[in-house]
Amino acid sequence: MFQYRVENVSRRGVLQGLGITAGLVLAVPVMSRRGMAATGMATYKTGADKMPHGTVNDPRAFVAIAPDGIVTIIASRSEMGTGVRTSLPMIVADEMNADWGRVQVKQADADEAKYGNQDTDGSRSTRHFLIPMRQVGAAARMMLEAAAAKQWGVPVSEVKADNHEVIHTPTGRKLGYGDLATAAAAEPVPDPSQLQMKDPKDFRYIGKGKVSIVDLHDITVGKAMYGIDTRLPGMKYAVIARPPVVGGKVVSFDPTDAMKVSGVEKVMEVKGWPWPSKFQPLGGVAVIARNTGAAIKGRDALKIVWDDGANAHYDSAVYRRELEEAARKPGLVVRNNGDVDAAMKSADKIVVGEYYLPHFAHAPMEPPVATANVADGKAEIWAPVQSPQGTLDDAAKTLGLKPEDVTVHVTLLGGGFGRKSKCDYALEAAIISQAIGAPVRVQWTREDDIQHDFYHTVSAERIEAGLDKNGKVIAWRHRSVAPTIMSTFKAGANHEAPFELGMGLVDLPFDIQNIRCENPAAEAHTRIGWFRSVSNIPHAFAVQTMVSEIAHATGRDPKDMLLELIGPARLVDVGPSVKDLWDYGEPISSYPIDAGRLRKVVELVAEKGEWGRQVPKGHGLGIAVHRSFVSYVATIVEVAVDSKGKMTIPRVDTAIDCGIYVNPERIQSQIEGAAIMGLSLAKYGEITFKHGRAMQKNFDTFQVGRMSDSPMVTNVHIMPATWAVPPSGVGEPGVPPFAPALCNAIFAATGKRIRHLPIGKQLEV
Amino acid sequence: MITLIVNGKEHNWDGDPSLPLLWYLRDEVGLTGTKFGCGHAFCGACTVHLDGVAVRSCSTSMHEAADRHITTIEGLDPAGNHPVQKAWREVNVPQCGYCQSGQIMQASALIRQNPHPTTEEIRETMAGNICRCGCYQRIEAAVRLAATGA
Repeated sequence: MFQYRVENVSRRGVLQGLGITAGLVLAVPVMSRRGMAATGMATYKTGADKMPHGTVNDPRAFVAIAPDGIVTIIASRSEMGTGVRTSLPMIVADEMNADWGRVQVKQADADEAKYGNQDTDGSRSTRHFLIPMRQVGAAARMMLEAAAAKQWGVPVSEVKADNHEVIHTPTGRKLGYGDLATAAAAEPVPDPSQLQMKDPKDFRYIGKGKVSIVDLHDITVGKAMYGIDTRLPGMKYAVIARPPVVGGKVVSFDPTDAMKVSGVEKVMEVKGWPWPSKFQPLGGVAVIARNTGAAIKGRDALKIVWDDGANAHYDSAVYRRELEEAARKPGLVVRNNGDVDAAMKSADKIVVGEYYLPHFAHAPMEPPVATANVADGKAEIWAPVQSPQGTLDDAAKTLGLKPEDVTVHVTLLGGGFGRKSKCDYALEAAIISQAIGAPVRVQWTREDDIQHDFYHTVSAERIEAGLDKNGKVIAWRHRSVAPTIMSTFKAGANHEAPFELGMGLVDLPFDIQNIRCENPAAEAHTRIGWFRSVSNIPHAFAVQTMVSEIAHATGRDPKDMLLELIGPARLVDVGPSVKDLWDYGEPISSYPIDAGRLRKVVELVAEKGEWGRQVPKGHGLGIAVHRSFVSYVATIVEVAVDSKGKMTIPRVDTAIDCGIYVNPERIQSQIEGAAIMGLSLAKYGEITFKHGRAMQKNFDTFQVGRMSDSPMVTNVHIMPATWAVPPSGVGEPGVPPFAPALCNAIFAATGKRIRHLPIGKQLEV
Repeated sequence: MITLIVNGKEHNWDGDPSLPLLWYLRDEVGLTGTKFGCGHAFCGACTVHLDGVAVRSCSTSMHEAADRHITTIEGLDPAGNHPVQKAWREVNVPQCGYCQSGQIMQASALIRQNPHPTTEEIRETMAGNICRCGCYQRIEAAVRLAATGA
């Protein structure tokens, strides 16, 4: 329908070689229309309109049809492994009755005014874009039908679009989408209120799980293009020596030996920003060379004197004791129901659990990397970023350019996990390119990645549960102490923000009369950032371990204990003491805290995962459930611990209720992967600091799960859903229940209670 | 001057002989299918074949590659239809896909050496290749499929 430059397209294998560059039909200036409700389908409010630039449902922004019939659909969200680059275009294709075999997907540049929000995080893509993408497809289909009806001189009621062609029903005449491309482009875009949506029973792709990801073939032959794969004529390769302590800076440096390294062309200082500085670069000394290997060797030869700055004292072992002490004292009350103090006094028994989770690093397999070409007052950036528009805006500000003079091309992301929501590496490339007047690719080594991350927070969690004489929990006090992500944006921020408190602390879904949640202050001494699942990880670990501890203390089955604490099916009201529930930015009317759904995933996983089955000696079963990103996930882990303390995982079962879903095959892969990420952080994940410096450097000291650690089998059970249940998150919610389910299983197997992560050597005998 | 054969084609390098083969392949030749993951042979993302054996190109110098035959993911099969590649697609292994070149090169070398690996042998050999997305269950299944057709 609408013209643009064709580049970086991926299509399914059979279509390799078909060009759409010739004979494109029409260029239409797009004034994108905002997402609005349409007729003929269940709609619901989401938090999408609160996101910058909201959503767009204008087919002119997302769909182009070439005369040869190839339909090009724009993927506006970043692909980091969730499958979103396939799933969202697939929604458009299904709703417009396009044949997926004749669809190609093109990645959008940063342009939120045109496409709506592109910030690919928070497990938001499907829940915010399912309806707008259906509207895009429906509008495109209706424009094709209108064009065909006009061409035949028949009422539009007599034509229908089906499988890439429009049919005149009474006569059986047909016109292909390619034949109609030009005429359809001239049709007015239907008003959203007039859109006729498909009956979901007619969907060919949505909900079926039969479509492979669009990049599958390219990935298996090495042709998929990640951030690291951008190559430009005359491009230079750079690495940067960054201050080893956040907030530090270069005092002086000697480039002499670096310049002697074969292939090194230039050494220059890169400006840093005073801490905290959001996503601005840390600064340091860059080595620019003819290839990355030479740049790394040159950097090794640099002599730099650093001023470590105010965080030089950061020692994570000392800090841990501070956090744990803080968790033993009252703190800022962030939720209060009933009278916890009085209930604790009347309790027959109090169970106390103190938990600790360290910092960890994202460590995506593609370390941060970006390419920039800044010349003639314009900047072009190629980068694997989760936040294309944020990258563009920050680059414009950093370079002193107008936003319209900056272009950000989004490559595939070799993993993201939240790291690539922070665009410091793209800004570094832009700064260096501007300085040297040549295109440059800045490569982070693994050491750079692990030592200069925006780390997952570190957390002390303390829960007291007061039990009456029948073993019923009558009081619950949960203190969470953790440096906040807001500390990266604002000096002095020392309490968890609503979006952190709302991740498993104040949204506790338990049926307990007296609940108090507190958040003592914690000052940050390094860069804290979003990590897949964010604060849900420590909060869920504490809560779900505590459930198992209470079950043990009262001689109950952990699953029964969990269901008793969740209580009857109901919509949970946390009460007026919670000033900002947040609820993942969603309207609570669409996404209530539904104890019934929480119960059902527990029941589903218990049934499918055969909770209570006999397991061999040395094996144990553990269970945990958690609502996050407005989805409900329950996991059972079977662990085996041998006489030396070596741990293996014979089986994992996870049940997820994510509402109506688009691509169940990718849900399965996300949940399989979440088990590995959960295992990695439970077993190994720890970044420690001494003298302000991260002590781990690479995958030898910061270990992650390997195939030899991985579960022998991970079964995924997806809760069936109707279109009455809005879609919710998938990318992140699988992670939080895993570690507590594993550690509860370890307790069942060995009697050893894991209260701090990583497990590390705690099981060794 | 170092001479080496990459995917059947002769290449010459007169630069630093200590340069890791990885960066030569990626930055000098432009074969970007081989990925950088750690630089110290911990993760396997850069796996290529050196005279048919899987090696980590990040820790193989140009000097060590001299006069040897190198196969990268681009050269594994002219049409991308090596049984391991086909199995990878059949099982829908990748998530982000970044580590998969290295995984496929490791798996194809394993099957060449040991056409019928046991589950234990697959898990031990492939343990050298990290996938942070956690595709291990499918990698294991795909290696088995490629080896046995099941």
